[in-house]
Amino acid sequence: MSIAPDHDTRVRPAAPREEDYLWTLNFGPQHPATHTTLRLVLKLEGERVVDAMPEMGYLHSGFEKIGEHLTFNQYVTVTDRMNYISPMANNVAWHHAVETLLGIDLTPRCKVIRTIVAELARISDHLLCNGAVGLDTGAFTFFLYGFYQREVIYDIFETLCGARFTNSYTRVGGVSHDFTPLVIEKIRTFLRTFPKTLDDMERLLTRNRIFVDRTKGVGVLTKEQAINGGASGPVARASGVTRDLRKDEPYLAYADYDFQICCAAAGDCYARYLVRMQEMRESLKILNQAIENIPAGEVNVGADQRVARPTKEQVYSTIEGTISHFELSMSNRSFEVPYEESYAAIEAPNGELGFYVVGDGDDTAYRARCRPPSVLHFSLFPQLIRGHTLSDVVAVLGSLNIIAAELDR
Amino acid sequence: MTTDQSSTADLLETLVARFPGLETSAYRGQTRVVVGEPASFEVLSFLAAAGFDLLVDVTCVDYLEYRGATRRYGLVYLLASTATPRRLTVRVFVDDPEPAVRSVVGVWRSADWLEREVWDMFGIRFVGHPDLRRLMMPEQFTAHPLRKDYPLQGRGERHNFPVLTREDG
Amino acid sequence: MALELPENVVVSRLDELANWCRKNSLWPMPFATACCGIELMATGAAKHDLARFGAEVFRFSPRQCDLMIVAGRVAMKMLPVLQRIWLQMHEPKWCISMGACASTGGVFDTYAVVQGIDRFIPVDMYVPGCPPRPEQLIQAIIDLQDKIQREGTITGREFETRERQLRKRALVEAVGPLSLDAARNPVIQRELRFPRS
Repeated sequence: MSIAPDHDTRVRPAAPREEDYLWTLNFGPQHPATHTTLRLVLKLEGERVVDAMPEMGYLHSGFEKIGEHLTFNQYVTVTDRMNYISPMANNVAWHHAVETLLGIDLTPRCKVIRTIVAELARISDHLLCNGAVGLDTGAFTFFLYGFYQREVIYDIFETLCGARFTNSYTRVGGVSHDFTPLVIEKIRTFLRTFPKTLDDMERLLTRNRIFVDRTKGVGVLTKEQAINGGASGPVARASGVTRDLRKDEPYLAYADYDFQICCAAAGDCYARYLVRMQEMRESLKILNQAIENIPAGEVNVGADQRVARPTKEQVYSTIEGTISHFELSMSNRSFEVPYEESYAAIEAPNGELGFYVVGDGDDTAYRARCRPPSVLHFSLFPQLIRGHTLSDVVAVLGSLNIIAAELDR
Repeated sequence: MTTDQSSTADLLETLVARFPGLETSAYRGQTRVVVGEPASFEVLSFLAAAGFDLLVDVTCVDYLEYRGATRRYGLVYLLASTATPRRLTVRVFVDDPEPAVRSVVGVWRSADWLEREVWDMFGIRFVGHPDLRRLMMPEQFTAHPLRKDYPLQGRGERHNFPVLTREDG
Repeated sequence: MALELPENVVVSRLDELANWCRKNSLWPMPFATACCGIELMATGAAKHDLARFGAEVFRFSPRQCDLMIVAGRVAMKMLPVLQRIWLQMHEPKWCISMGACASTGGVFDTYAVVQGIDRFIPVDMYVPGCPPRPEQLIQAIIDLQDKIQREGTITGREFETRERQLRKRALVEAVGPLSLDAARNPVIQRELRFPRS
């Protein structure tokens, strides 16, 4: 067999393609910087991240399935464990959705009390989130400052309802415990002392050269990407989306208070940090207005509405109270739930946290869908990290504030 | 909720004129539109162009045991607008044995993972989705757990692991 | 002849000394998945300060740790990860199951959650509570320290060579359902004293 002389038989090595140099790195699900259980598969060229493939579900616990088996009041304990950085906000969101479905109008006192606990939850969330961003970029002291103030908020909640942070505080048509003078005093003390810590924290980090260099211009989310990707909360507001359900669809008592929506235009990690810091100050503003003007009167809706348990005094001294207590204790005679479905959301610390509740006549939801902000924020992650270095992964992850239990449910 | 009622009413009129056969209803101030499965993509794209730039959520309800229900799966698209505070709920019903609907990932990127979750939990196929894999459950999992005929405690998948003793470690 | 000891010398058994060292330098590996992880952070943070009990050196690499604290529910998808990390840890090692979810599944009696990690990996100490308070976790660590002082590493497996382990495993398979605890298994004890090869 002859070979034509002009035909080169030597096998030429194929020209190296760019993918051959890429290195795949598995990141998580058990990794200190993921804080919880999420996994990233990163494609690296040297230290530069070419692409990221996020994966989730490592904490999927069937929250929505449990919601179909527990009554409206029982399920609140499970919502505590959803976004465990700010459980109070979840409690408020869940019962806000249930009350929208049932058409219950809260008492003015209850509205203010729920506003106060939701804002305290917002502060505690932002403290941990910003603290974790600081921790991941090397500022451990900042984290400890934040955590110390979280302990103060834990203490307030413990005085209020007996649990440090899985509070299960709300009930259909009210709350489990009314504010006592001691709680109000503790919140006042917190409001007096916290601004100083906040100033200290800002002095520690806001103009810290290392921190600014590691977060400015990193993980930029444009306004279009934010809207198209369904971002909400501080993540969207740091990109210039002026959407805040507290202003746009005022629920509870937010319409009565004077506060600002905090926005930034840059959309990077630093902007998200700044928005959260500023939101804590705005929350303090709301709290200062609310704590001095808690309306007097009943905290739960009246016994005639037959949704919230009457007080012991009502049970023992009035016939309506006795009947209402008796009927609420029986599983087949409690709430009148319509064959309807509705969606209601609140501005949780992390973004729009809503529940789509389907009623089917009894006091268990037929379907309890939770709309978690974390899922949509995590799905934005590959867009944010492309082109940055491996060390920026933790800064971006931290600034998105992804909570695995809320992500996976 | 202080949704912008007048503009929503105008929009509904335009929508019904454009797509005949839509049913609209309202409950607690929330407007809902029921769309037939073949037209769902057109209606949703139309709404996206009409100012609903934010897809808040895509989810599903399994009406297997629901009183008076005729269709099994009811998809829920929650739309909102970032410019004006208004919302709209779009419902699309699909049925066994091959529940499928056209994907809206091309319209809103946020639909990507939300549709994957609905596929994972309910087994509804989104035609045209670029990457329709399970989102929450492991790849080997076969059932769709949020369907009403799947038990709360599962079918024993959670016990199906090797046991490590002190001797192994 | 009686040995005269200076008064600043204490006589002890070597393994007791080793146990004493071990119990006071636990390096936890925080396998924090959910809410309990936040309380675990609180235990290590400013107010509760786990450093007072010699267990504050949290290391996220299983190779460097000897105490695994499983804090939070373990989902089906996560269990293989947990088992792999447990296998990667070196002897001697201990495990604390923190909270109701890790111990029993807690409120999450669902299709996706493992009903207690002790079904699939060995556990030394259970902490009740949902989530446990930091004080409870600290108490569990103190109790575990007591256990380490009393029992040592239970079988002393960290001193074994690979050949010895293999021989022991073959023996266990040969003798069938005798006690797996080497210290109480006469066949293994005899074999260890008079090796065949």
